Amino acid sequence: MMRPGLCMALLALLGTAAHAASDDLDDLMHLLAGRQHGQVNFVEQHFLAVLSRPVESSGELIYDAPDRLEKRTLQPRPESLVLAGDVLTVRRGRRDHVLDLKAYPQVLPFVESIRATLAGDRSALERIFRVDFAGSLARWTLVLVPRESQVAKTVSQVRIDGSRDNLLHVEIREADGDRSLMTLRDQPAP
Amino acid sequence: MSARRARVIGAWLLCVALAAIVVAHARYIADLSAFLPAKPTPMQRLLVDQLREGPGSRLILAALEHGGIKTRAELSIAMAHRLRQDPDFLSVSNGEQISEQHDRNFLFEHRYILSDAVTAERFTADGLKRAIGETIENLASPEGLILKSLVPRDPTGEMLEIVDQLARTAAPQSRDGAWISADGERTLLVAQTAAAGSDTDAQERALDAIRSAFTAVSRAAGTPEAASVRLMLSGPGVFAVAARSKIERAAVRLSIASSMGIIVVLLAVYRSLPALILGLLPVATGALVGIAAVALGFGVVHGITLGFGITLIGESVDYSIYFFIQSSPGAASGSMPWRQQRLWPTIRLGMLTSVCGFASLLPSGFPGLAQLGAYSISGLIAAAAVTRFVLPELLPGDFAIRDVTPLGLRIAGVQERVRRLGAALLWGTAFGLAGIALLVLYHQRESLWDRELSSLSPVPLAEQRYDAKLRGDLGAASVLDLVVVSGPDLESVLRGAERAGRTLEPLIDAKVIGGFDSPANYLPSLATQELRRGSLPDAPALRENLRQGTAGLALNSAQLAPFVNDVETARHAALITPQDLKGTSLAAGFGALILHQSDRWNALLPLHAADPAAPDIDVPRVKNALAAANSSATQLLDLKKESDALYGSYLREAIRLSLAGFAVIVVLLLAVLRSAARVARVLAPLILAVLAVAAALTLCGQRLTILHLVGMLLIVAVGSNYALFFDAHRQDGNGAGLSQTAPLTLASLCIANLSTVIGFGLLSFSQVPVLEALGTTVAPGAFLALLFAAVLTPHLPRGDAPAAPHAQ
Repeated sequence: MMRPGLCMALLALLGTAAHAASDDLDDLMHLLAGRQHGQVNFVEQHFLAVLSRPVESSGELIYDAPDRLEKRTLQPRPESLVLAGDVLTVRRGRRDHVLDLKAYPQVLPFVESIRATLAGDRSALERIFRVDFAGSLARWTLVLVPRESQVAKTVSQVRIDGSRDNLLHVEIREADGDRSLMTLRDQPAP
Repeated sequence: MSARRARVIGAWLLCVALAAIVVAHARYIADLSAFLPAKPTPMQRLLVDQLREGPGSRLILAALEHGGIKTRAELSIAMAHRLRQDPDFLSVSNGEQISEQHDRNFLFEHRYILSDAVTAERFTADGLKRAIGETIENLASPEGLILKSLVPRDPTGEMLEIVDQLARTAAPQSRDGAWISADGERTLLVAQTAAAGSDTDAQERALDAIRSAFTAVSRAAGTPEAASVRLMLSGPGVFAVAARSKIERAAVRLSIASSMGIIVVLLAVYRSLPALILGLLPVATGALVGIAAVALGFGVVHGITLGFGITLIGESVDYSIYFFIQSSPGAASGSMPWRQQRLWPTIRLGMLTSVCGFASLLPSGFPGLAQLGAYSISGLIAAAAVTRFVLPELLPGDFAIRDVTPLGLRIAGVQERVRRLGAALLWGTAFGLAGIALLVLYHQRESLWDRELSSLSPVPLAEQRYDAKLRGDLGAASVLDLVVVSGPDLESVLRGAERAGRTLEPLIDAKVIGGFDSPANYLPSLATQELRRGSLPDAPALRENLRQGTAGLALNSAQLAPFVNDVETARHAALITPQDLKGTSLAAGFGALILHQSDRWNALLPLHAADPAAPDIDVPRVKNALAAANSSATQLLDLKKESDALYGSYLREAIRLSLAGFAVIVVLLLAVLRSAARVARVLAPLILAVLAVAAALTLCGQRLTILHLVGMLLIVAVGSNYALFFDAHRQDGNGAGLSQTAPLTLASLCIANLSTVIGFGLLSFSQVPVLEALGTTVAPGAFLALLFAAVLTPHLPRGDAPAAPHAQ
């Protein structure tokens, strides 16, 4: 049997912790929002149930504030994916495919999780995900869980690791158990 | 006398009744076919088919403007939902991802027959290794997300191939689920009507359906923002409907207005109601007989012919004016009210001159002109006959109109004062004027004629530009450039379309074209289907190939049993026919690209521009590529160029025919007047009037069209009456100077001229280019013809005997 006083104290403690986490998220977002341009290399592994071993792809990720994100895959096959505003352009082979993100909610979490994080746009993140911050600014982890069932049908969780304003890993877990892991590395100085 | 009167009036009433029956039962059409040749070449037939029934003719482009993007998208989606229930529309596209479960099922079920990638090679061990390897790579892309679940059944990625095939053409970008222009100003929707573009009534119904759908959804939305959104419509059907109502309105309104004007003038002159009513009888009879003659001669009456019909009022009303005034008590010197011996031959010659002019239009390949010719000839003959034979019988015994002799004398006074300037000075001025006019025309000779069919289009330039803008927004095929494959049956044109497609494919990479549509994308030829079906291996062979092919891949063959089953099913499935497409959205796309006439099939492959900002396609390069592929049944149709070429040929033909008509008039006048000098004197004022009007129009920056040419013919037709009257009086003026009839002749000519100028002058205010062109040519031309004829016909010196006999 717990005493009411202790109960209150624990609750108060919890409240402070939650408050602290929220502050840290704001600080992180503020830090990220300060970055106008970024260009990193990525290596991405897709673990799919249908495949006996992961498919690996690699390329560059380019971000320009406030809302342009380009994923330029070089291996195994050149392909570019540009997210600008609400429009997603996929260039494969010689043709461009233009998608309206609003028409493809299943694609949204894959791109918006990264873009909104890079932009430090907390409200955009929280529109789609419940956001959980852990760690410190020096070494943080964001766990994003879709709010809408429509989105949750494809993605169950996005987990982003980072250090200050650098993203290190993006792991996307899909609802069917498949997942992908993207590792980001600064480009070597030219 | 009484029996003769009864016979004449009875015959006339019978004619009118018969004509009225024909007119009531005639078929009236108001589409572009008035401009299409009666005996087309194969290329022209394609053009005609395209303009009348082609996919381009069925498109209605709708744009929503004002209001927010989101609101517009919601309205567009709601509108499309309503319109898709309407069987009058084959398809309604607005960029929505409508749940095409049925389509997807159909495509997936028939993927081994529909995919271009299916060959025997693809199902060998190597082929499978490549195709499956590619699919594995695709799984890493965003599309992989969507296709992942299909892999066990479709490891070679045929579904993605088909989706790519069908998406060969660029679509506009979508925002909030609906197509939008690049600048975000317009939300776009494209409806394709079930009815052909030439069916103006059906197009009008379709437009009404779109408008009422828009009104309903914006009312249902109920917000002030939704209420601020405006619907704009464009496309061939929109233009056809607008043009028809515009021509109808103009024809009716202007006919009424000019009739009123003429009635006021005639009442002022006659001061007699019976005279007015009798005076309009020849006009009404002429119009009725004219339409009946066209209906009998051509089977159908073009709306545009009715528009031209106004022109007849101008000349036929003149006959009764001459008749009444010159048979009025002030003029009467004999016992007969109608001094036939003098008046009738002149009117008859004037009418024959006009008939010769219009007869030159009859052989025209331009049905609009040929109908105008037939209408005018029969109408003029009927009006003249009524004036000559019926009016005298109808004239009441106490018939009297106001004596216009004083008016005539005043005009004669003015004429006399001008003539006193001397023939030398007047003719010198005339030659000077003619010289200046010729100089102006020669100087502008390069840009004298407007050679584009659009110059006749009743669609205002602003609306043509808006249409071009919407087409640019849609990035859609402008439908101005099409590859057309003709053949005796569906299978042959589908094979041709497949061959043409293989020729066109490299041009996409070379950025000559941006893409193309083809009916074979929706339904391959049976030969191709059979080839693909035959290339599928049986289950044991496929299993063995899979085992080898997937060795070393991340996908193992044990997971692919559903694939082996599906291929086995496909090997025994029936080939697809057009009936199988029914119920899918593919049917609309297919149907729009296949034209079927009784004995001919055409497959249409509309080309898309490589760069929407520069919509002109390098036509010669496409032509060369097709020519290199060496198939005579495949042709490139450049609609704009072809239609301009067609119009150019009409124009050249009309110029040639008009000159021939003029030559016939000269011969006729020579035969009747038997004096080259007299013929020259009759024609000089008319030629001068035509030259002056043409030069003046050119100086005003107006490029001449085929209708200006018709107007010039009318100047000669109407003006020849004036010139012949002056000539006749010159021959009569034996010693009396101004004879007794001269003032009356002058008065009647001036009144006839005034009514002509009123009639055509009103036309020049029309919004319909063809009517405006007629008005601005004939109104000033008729006035100048009278003026020149009045001042240039010289008097004979007193006592001089006539040099030639009268026209009899």
